[in-house]
Order: sequence, then C-alpha cells, then structure tokens
Amino acid sequence: MAGVHVSTTINGDAVEFVCPGNETLLDVLRDRIGLTGSKEGCGTGDCGACSVTVDGQLVCSCLVLGAEVEGRKVETVEGLADGDKLHPLQSKFIEHAALQCGVCTPGFLIAAKALLDYNPKPSEEEIRYALAGNLCRCTGYDKIVRAVDAAAKEMSRVAKRK
Amino acid sequence: MRYEAPTSIKEASSLMARAKGSAFLLAGGTDLLVRMKSDMIEPDLVVDIKRIASTQSITKSASGFKIGASVPCVALGRNKELSKAWPGVVEAANLIGSDQIQGRCTIAGNLCNASPAADSVPALVAARAKAVVVGPQGRRTVPVEKVATGPGTTSLKKGEIVESITLSKPSGKSGDAYLRFIPRTEMDIAVCSAGVNLTLGARGVVKTARVALGAVAATVVLVPAAARALVGSKLDDATLEKVAAACEAACAPIDDKRGTVEFRTEVAGVLARRAAKIAYQRAGGK
Repeated sequence: MAGVHVSTTINGDAVEFVCPGNETLLDVLRDRIGLTGSKEGCGTGDCGACSVTVDGQLVCSCLVLGAEVEGRKVETVEGLADGDKLHPLQSKFIEHAALQCGVCTPGFLIAAKALLDYNPKPSEEEIRYALAGNLCRCTGYDKIVRAVDAAAKEMSRVAKRK
Repeated sequence: MRYEAPTSIKEASSLMARAKGSAFLLAGGTDLLVRMKSDMIEPDLVVDIKRIASTQSITKSASGFKIGASVPCVALGRNKELSKAWPGVVEAANLIGSDQIQGRCTIAGNLCNASPAADSVPALVAARAKAVVVGPQGRRTVPVEKVATGPGTTSLKKGEIVESITLSKPSGKSGDAYLRFIPRTEMDIAVCSAGVNLTLGARGVVKTARVALGAVAATVVLVPAAARALVGSKLDDATLEKVAAACEAACAPIDDKRGTVEFRTEVAGVLARRAAKIAYQRAGGK
C-alpha cells in the first residue's frame, strides 16, 4: 500500500512519518511514534480515551486520519507535564484519586485541559458537560469533576500571583 | 486507500468525478471514519476538503451568512453574530456529540450524511438554508431540504460537493428554535426533533413560519400545514393544537428500540409546539 508522507509537530517536536492513507492518528501515535498515552477504548468517537488536540482543538484521535495532521500541531498527554513537573490537572487527579484503572485518564486530562484553556473558571455543570465525551467505568465521575475543579482553582490562583 | 487533500474546490470535484471505485469526501470525518472502522465502507479514495480555503470560514455579508463546509460545529457556537441571528441553527449544531465531536463535525457533513435524525438539518430547513454545490457542471444553489433523498442517500451527482451552507440575514422580528427528544441529557441521537422559524408582523402576529421535523420519516420533513396554522396567530392554545396535529399527520417514523411509532409521532407534535413558543419569544413576541 502506498504510504502518505506526513510532516507535523507533536508536543512541540517536529515529527515525520509515513502511514497508509486510511490509518488513524491514534494508530500513528501509538504504533509509529511510540506515544502510547492515548488509548483506544471504542474506536468510534464515543469514549474519548484517545482525546488529543490538533491546532488547539479537542478531537478524538481515532476519528482523525494520520494523513490529516500534515503541518498541524498535535498535543497528547505526553506533552502535559513540564519535564518532571506534573501539570496541575495531573497533580489534582492523583490528590483526588480521580482514577482507578487509568485507561480513560489521558483522555480526561486532555479534555479537561482543553476546557480550562477556553474557560479557566468553569462551573461544576460546565465541567460535567465538557467531559461528557469521556467515559469512565471506575470512578463514577465525581472525583474527576472535583479534581478538575481543584486544578482550575489552583491554576487561577497561580495566574493571579504572576 | 488513496488520500488526497486538494486546495481548490474544483480540484476536489474533479478528483471525485474522475474516481474509479468508491470515493468519499472527508470534512469532519465523524461519520466517515466510524463507517470505515466498522467496515461498512472500504474507500479507494478519500478527498479531504479541509485544505480548501472557501470551506474554512464563516463569513457575514449584507445578504447573510456563509458557513464553509469544513467549519467545525464548535465554531458556530463561538460566532456571536451567527448565534444571535440564528440561535436555533446554532443550538442544533451544538447538540451533536461531545466537545471532541464538536471540534470536527460539520453541518455540511451532517446534511450530506443524510441521516433522518441529523440534528442540524431540521433547524437548517426551517431557516431556509441553502447548500452551495460545486460540481463538474459548475456551481449551483439548492435548498437544504432537497439534498437528502432517503437515509444515507442524496441528490448530489458524481463529483458534486457542498462547498458551504448559506443563511439569509434574518429580519428584525424573527426567531428560530430547535428541540430534540433524547432519553439522556447529552451524547445521544434524536429520537425525534423539531425546528421552527418564525417572522412576526404587526402586533406580534406571525407573518411567516417554517416547521421541520427530524427522525420521523426517511428524510427530515417540512410541514407546511403546521406553518399555515401558525401564520396569522399569536400562538394561542388552539393554534398550537393545530400545529401539533399537523406535525403528527406528517410523521411516518420507524419503530425501534429508541422509540415506537406512537411515541415519536406524539412527541414530534409536542416538540414543535414548544419550539414554536421559543422561536416566538426570540422573535420578540409576547
């Protein structure tokens, strides 16, 4: 099968790959780039475990073709922490025990970050609606919602101090 | 599978027109990739239209709005002028899927996927939206209700592409609304739905009306009888009864696990009444 040659940016790094035209971005990230943080839950855009951003836009990477990201900027969960320093969302997920098996967690973190980038002070209702595209079968969501709320508050405290 | 991302609509049209085997257009991909994943289709060619400048933006002119075919639905909600002018269309488009889906799905794709339950389509039909279609024979404009011909089928010919959807500039005293029934609050497909668009004349009397229903027939249906009932009224109870009855009469739904024929038929009438009331308030009626 003839491949598509793609030059893109993933978590700030220039990346090149060749993939079949019908291969999804999720498969490219996991199997070609070795970024296995994004998970495949359903493969049909229902569960959000594969959430990434493309040019800042939250998407399911299972519903994007690898070939589509030519010249775009892709952000995955691997780019969330700053070196060894966890992103506030990651710290709060740990603090609030907002995960058990962890399969949904990368998707929740990326979706929550996309929410806070757009709306730094979401209400509980806004958090719940924004995360409606992410399924978790362990936590019952409450701890996740509290962790996102706590991270939002901490991030706005830090922003105020600056 | 060959993947192409042309930068002009003509090139895209020509690729589709010349394609041998199965060829599909890719806008947001939220339906196409699911169908590929589930092996319902095996494309030989996919033409991505997102690199075509004329599909990429929402533009406002003296005559109204033009929404490019690759504009994701999230962008409609974030466009203040469009949201103010056509709140029903925008709320319908923003009901589709999650934030992840909103970042990709498009109203042109929703239209061309031709699901009878497509959320944005009843609102677009009620709003008299038009599809700008580019094909080997050039450009033509077609009312959106003429695009779908049945579940998954359209009137578009080989090589024809919806480039954008246009909405006229609403008159001062007009309003539109869209409501759907789903058994949950989010992330579901309409069991049935209704879009209403009204213009008021003097003293809050309805001058023109359009009522469209979703998920109650093989395509989204326009209900002229419901619109006739609304015209000349101020949405008194007797009028709303007639609207509901006209809508029920226009229903020919399927019976499935998401809703029975009886349920869909009755709820379509209820939603049309409620949507009419919201549209009336938005138009400034009291």
